[in-house]
Formats: sequence, structure tokens, C-alpha cells
Amino acid sequence: MIEVEHLTKDYGSFQAVRDLSFKINKGEIVGFLGPNGAGKTTTMRILTGYMPPTSGTARVAGYDVFLESLKVREHIGYLPETVPLYTDMTVGAYLDFMAKLHHVPNRRERIYDVMERTNIEERVDFLIGKLSKGYRQRVGLAQALLHDPEVLILDEPTIGLDPRQIIDVRELIKSLAQDHTVVLSTHILTEVSQTCQRVLIINQGKLVAEDTPERLTARLKGNERVFLHLANPPQNPEDLTAAVPGALATESRGDGRFEIECALGDDRRPEIAEAVVRKGWGLLELRPISMSLEEIFLQLTTDQSEAYEEDGEMAETAEEEDAVIRNI
Amino acid sequence: MKSLRNIWTITEKELYAYFVSPIAYVVGALFMVIMGVLFTQIVSNTRQASLDILYQNLFVIMLFIAPPLTMRLLAEEQRSGSIELLLTAPIRDGEVVLGKFLAALIFYMLLLAVTLFFPLIIGRLGNPDPGPIASSYLGALLLGGAYLAVGILTSSLSQNQIVAAVLSLTILLILWIIGGMQSVFGNTLGGLFQYIASVNHYVDFTRGIIDTRNVVYFLSIIAIALFLATRVLESRRYR
Ligand SMILES: Nc1ncnc2c1ncn2[C@@H]1O[C@H](COP(=O)(O)OP(=O)(O)OP(=O)(O)O)[C@@H](O)[C@H]1O
Ligand SMILES: [Mg+2]
Repeated sequence: MIEVEHLTKDYGSFQAVRDLSFKINKGEIVGFLGPNGAGKTTTMRILTGYMPPTSGTARVAGYDVFLESLKVREHIGYLPETVPLYTDMTVGAYLDFMAKLHHVPNRRERIYDVMERTNIEERVDFLIGKLSKGYRQRVGLAQALLHDPEVLILDEPTIGLDPRQIIDVRELIKSLAQDHTVVLSTHILTEVSQTCQRVLIINQGKLVAEDTPERLTARLKGNERVFLHLANPPQNPEDLTAAVPGALATESRGDGRFEIECALGDDRRPEIAEAVVRKGWGLLELRPISMSLEEIFLQLTTDQSEAYEEDGEMAETAEEEDAVIRNI
Repeated sequence: MKSLRNIWTITEKELYAYFVSPIAYVVGALFMVIMGVLFTQIVSNTRQASLDILYQNLFVIMLFIAPPLTMRLLAEEQRSGSIELLLTAPIRDGEVVLGKFLAALIFYMLLLAVTLFFPLIIGRLGNPDPGPIASSYLGALLLGGAYLAVGILTSSLSQNQIVAAVLSLTILLILWIIGGMQSVFGNTLGGLFQYIASVNHYVDFTRGIIDTRNVVYFLSIIAIALFLATRVLESRRYR
């Protein structure tokens, strides 16, 4: 459905996208992941025909985005990064305008249908300029769905939404998957593992990894780790390693907290629990530590370039957003 | 067919925007007031059943009325970023430009339609010659069309509405005064400038003369300005 080959985009002397190649099949939901300035928005803008690539080709629904731009645009629904809407129009009038631009048949029904799916019916007569950010985002999403496009390109679709709406929008995206192809970009890593079948991690305009979220996690995980919190911990962490069969190493995290490392695929939690009870160390907590997508992401994007200071900040915000989602 | 529908979709949207925008009302009111005051003065001073002076003044009034009517049309789309959704919809850049031009022209025609009161009033008081009045309206339409097209061109060039307005006022002023340069530039260049000058092509209309060359002149300005605006819109994709 989408084929990108050796795509490059220069802004003056700055290369925002470098030799990017990937393929996306019909019905897939693919996530673009990458730090700020990685080139996600630029790639999406090329796919939608908003700007041409400097070199390389991109085909969407079988049409070249540059040579057959008009055809491509008929098959794409696009939610830009900063949802730009006409502030002096009402939601209804705006959607009607966009539906006409896309030659949507049965406009009225279709508009009410997408308003229902994006939960904005009760705002139909509001001026867009008076809507809250989340509602504007949803109007943008409604607009992208109007003509029931084969390909949806969504640049950070859940940004600015409340937790309830984030879940709804993710469900909406998943429900589109059967007969639509969806490309979305995001900074929220749980979003990728929850909604996407495949992740493309982009850093500095280059593709650095491409796989399913599960396989990415597995591939980079290394050893199995277990977190342990004890009431009466032993003096020496090595005592733990010795007491648990199969344990490779133990690190103390202070205050009776430890991390025990075992070989990949080797779950030693029963042995650990048993050993703790036997030695009378007083078990407070025992849980596996899974390497999160966050860590993988950081690993991939920092390995690529030492000079990337923004990554720390980036992870923090992603974690904050994750925390919001976990809390509901 | 599809093309016409696309153009009309844009036109409709922009007309809607005119009727909710304070600028359009302010400019519309200003136009009415100036035309009304001039009409009263001209009629009471000349005591003639002829309106050619009024329509000659329209040439200058429109210099200040046209830019605010067009400044928003493309500049604001570029500033707010809404152009991104417009240019990724299945519509050609030329259709966007034409649609916006048509909206501005229709709004201007509505303003002109209100001034039809003046000949009606004159008609009740005296016996005006309908020929010059009809040709004056044709001239006013062509003049306005050319001014609005230039305004759309400058609106495509800037993200800033004020810059767009000032730029179009500047171009229109230059088009006006460029005619009197024969003494400075000699006959060839001066003659060319004289041809380019808009005012020379306009006054004939107010005297009841419809000269094809003048019609062609204004239509050419409209075509050139709209063509350039389309090219600017296309080229902004490459930036
Ligand atoms: N119009 C432009 N002119 C010049 N440089 C640009 C332009 N647009 C983007 N860039 C640069 O290209 C790079 C990639 O930008 P892009 O917007 O594609 O990143 P992104 O991956 O979407 O980032 P974010 O996560 O912040 O949205 C950035 O370094 C940016 O500064
Ligand atoms: Mg972006």
C-alpha cells in the first residue's frame, strides 16, 4: 500500500530525511517512532503530497506521490501535526467543507457518522476557534476519516487528548485496521505497543529499527531480570546469587532492594521465592523487570549518535504520558 | 465538471468567511459611506444627471478597498498552516486560487450592486444617459477584478496579511502613476509604461466607451496575477 524507496529530503543544506526505505502492506497499522526532529513529520508530508522529496520515490495506493499527487490525495486521510482548522467556522460547516473537497457522497450522513466515531456530535455548532485543544484534535481526526480513505496518515493523533479519549482514539484506530492502512507517529511508546503491528524507529532521518513491538523488545532485552525487595536482606548480594539456582548475578539497589539476573527465557521466580523463605530474608516484593520500549528506544537512538542530548528529556515526557495512561 | 465543483467549494467557504469577518463589514461600510458622500457632493455641486465623476473616483477608492478584501485569502492559510490540509485534499492549486478570486469578486459585486441606487435616484430626478452608466459598471467590474487578482497574488506571497495588503496597495499605486513617465524614459519605454498604466484604460469606460483593448488589458492583468499566484502556491511546496 505504501512503498518508500531511498527517500531523501533536504531543507537547504540540512538533511531531514536520509535514504529512507520501507514498505507498508494493506491493513497494517504502523507506528513511526523517533525523537524530536527525527523526520517523522517530514516523511508524512512527503507521503501526503504536501511537499516533494529531494530524491527517491514514494508510492501510495499504487500512485507516485509526486507524479500522481492528485490521485494519491484522493486515497489519503491526513491529520497534520498541528491541526490547522479554520477558527471562524463551526465544526459542522468545516466538516461539510472538507467533505465537499473530497467529493464525499451522502455528505450529511457521513459527517454525522464520523462525528459519532470521534465523539464530537455535541460540538457540531461550536466555532472551531472556541474549542479546546482535544476537541480540535478530534475534529482533525474526523476530517481525516470523512472520505473513508484507504490510507490514513496520522501525525501524533492522540496528542492533547484526555486519557479516556486516548483509549477511544486507539480503539478507533484499531477498528480501522481491517480495511485501512494506518501510519501514525507518536512519542508515546505504550501507544505503539498497544495499537501498532509494526514499529519503524527513525533517528536523524534514518531508519534504525523495524519490527513488531514484541520482537523488538525481545531482541534487545538481553537477560531476564527479577526485582526483589527484602525486609531482612543479607549483607552481601552474592549470598543471593549463591542461594538461587540459575542466578547469574545480583545487584543491590540499596534499602533491601535487589535485581537478580538470569539467562534469557529462564524464569527463576519460584526458586527465588523459595530461597528467600528458606533463609528467612522476609519477602516484601518480587516481580519480573521487563525492558520497556522506552529503554529500547533510548538504546537505539543513542547508540546511533553520542551527540543526542535531547533523548533524556524525550524519555521523561514519554514516561510522564505513560504514567497518565497507567493511572486510569 | 469536478473542477468547477472544486472551485465553487472554495468560493462558498470564502463567502461564508466574508460574512462572519468584521473586516469585510468595515470595508463594506467604508465603501458605502465614501460612495454615498461623493454622490451627494457631486450631484449637489454639478446639478447634472451624470455620474461619470463618481465612477472616475471609484478608481482611487478601490485602491484602498481591494487590498483588505483579499489580504486574508492566502496569507492566513499559510500562517495558520491550514494550507497543509487544503493542498493535501484532491484539489488543484489553480482551483484554490480561482475559487478564492471568485469569492472576492462576488463580494465586490455585492458592494457594487448597492451603488446601483445612485443611478436609480438620478433617474427619478433627471434624465441620465444609460449608456455611460452601463459601461461604467462594466469598467468597475473589470477594474475591481484586476485589483482583487493583484491582491490575491500578494496574499500568496506572504504569511502576513498586513504585508500582503501593503504590497498590493503598492503595486496598484505603481500601476496607476507609471503612465506619466514619458518625459523621463523617452518614447519607447515611456510608451510601454503608458500602456501598462491602469488609469488610461479605465476612464474610457466612465465616458461610455467600451474599447476591446481596455477590456483585454484588465482581463490580462487578472489572468497574469492569478497565474502567478498559482505558481507561487505550487512553488511553496518546494521550499
Ligand atoms: N520547513 C522546514 N525548513 C527547514 N527545516 C525544517 C523544516 N521542517 C522541518 N525541518 C527540520 O527537519 C527536521 C525534521 O523535522 P520533522 O518535523 O520531520 O521532525 P519530527 O520527527 O516530526 O519531530 P517531532 O517529534 O518534534 O514532531 C528537524 O530538524 C526540523 O528542524
Ligand atoms: Mg513531527
